[in-house]
Amino acid sequence: MMTHDADYNSQETQGPFIARDPNWQPKAYTADYKYTIARAPKLPALSVANTVSEMTGPVFSKEILGKQDNDLIHNYARSGEAATGEPIIVHGKVVDEHKRPMKGVLVEFWQTNASGRYRHKTHNIAVPLDPNFGGFGRFITDNEGHYWFRTIRPGGYPWPNGPNAWRPPHIHFSVFGYAFAQRLISQMYFSGDPLVWQCPIVRSISDTDAIETLLAKPDIENSAPMDALAYRFDVVLRGRRMTFFENHE
Amino acid sequence: MAFQHTQLKESPSQTAGPFVQMGLTPNFTGIHSVYENDLGGALINDKTEGERIVVTGQIFDGVGSPINDAIIEVWQADAKGRYNSPFDPSGKCDKNFFSWGRIPVDPETGIYSFSTIKPGRVPIGSEARMAPHITFWIVARGINLGLHTRMYFADEGDANAEDAVLTELEHQHRASTLLAELEGDIYKFNIYLQGARETVFLDI
Repeated sequence: MMTHDADYNSQETQGPFIARDPNWQPKAYTADYKYTIARAPKLPALSVANTVSEMTGPVFSKEILGKQDNDLIHNYARSGEAATGEPIIVHGKVVDEHKRPMKGVLVEFWQTNASGRYRHKTHNIAVPLDPNFGGFGRFITDNEGHYWFRTIRPGGYPWPNGPNAWRPPHIHFSVFGYAFAQRLISQMYFSGDPLVWQCPIVRSISDTDAIETLLAKPDIENSAPMDALAYRFDVVLRGRRMTFFENHE
Repeated sequence: MAFQHTQLKESPSQTAGPFVQMGLTPNFTGIHSVYENDLGGALINDKTEGERIVVTGQIFDGVGSPINDAIIEVWQADAKGRYNSPFDPSGKCDKNFFSWGRIPVDPETGIYSFSTIKPGRVPIGSEARMAPHITFWIVARGINLGLHTRMYFADEGDANAEDAVLTELEHQHRASTLLAELEGDIYKFNIYLQGARETVFLDI
């Protein structure tokens, strides 16, 4: 399972990481997002210098991928059929904070169908499942750090955070780097959607510049004419600290 | 080497939400037609070297309820203290050990369980070695940024006494929150998100 297909240099793969920015990342306790209240740790986290345990992580071979893993329009659909909704292409680059491409890293994604419903037994809202849509996929980035997939535009949906609370349409992303310290889960939103700015999950991030980085932009150049509009969404993982004085045995 | 300043900031995290098990372990949630297997379902096979162990427990929220919608990812060394990563400076890991596992908690009881081998001690610096441990990373609804912690073994007293994480804690009694106790032949490791027994989480 854990082989690597790409060439790497040691600056990308060895050494400790730049610390996470606590004012850029969401705090654990953000009361407007109610579910954090009983689930956010109250005590300070213990700061520890990175060890091999954090500086390494799983690397996945492209062999794990099926042909349709990045085609959500078809990967669950009955033969000859397709998911209902507005077809879109989502693509972008995974890079580190030094802007170096993260090649050969696993990116996974999941989302609602066009009506705003997840294929999950606890998501009971009054819109139908799409018999041709599962709602998840995965890809491994190429040598430039690119990933891409086809899907349908997800719907927004009401959720029980308040009597009249609405999640903006979004796609969940799970991204691996080369190290467990880089492990990240986030959500992609659509640029221009006013619901984004009212959402308490989005607002768990206090820095509006940080929120902007989660907004996918329409990408006309890379769209498939008369077929699918493309959206560009880049992901940045933690970078390694500069290595002047580091001793990497 | 040239000075290389950072040009970008890490993407901000967002909660994995209540449907993360569907996204990352679809077979576990009953969707079998897309992926052959869920990734990370097995850390070992029958050729893996080392002492077989089972680890189980629950994750409790601040009111004492077990969380029933989380995914735990674990990362641990093989029996000789090497990770299955092309970038582990210690060299080649046991080919039959995968180091990484992904474990969805039970949607009714919140219980998680996985089979693995007891990890070896991993070098830290040129002289020292860490006590055997398994890194845990927890994501769920209500968790804005994935939580890192480590599980150590209560029956590794000598190694634990030398371990930097266990010995550097300001409140020493909290070190016990990182220890898995052997109950019968199973290691029990509960995680408490809040309260008197709040688990020590790591800012790495």
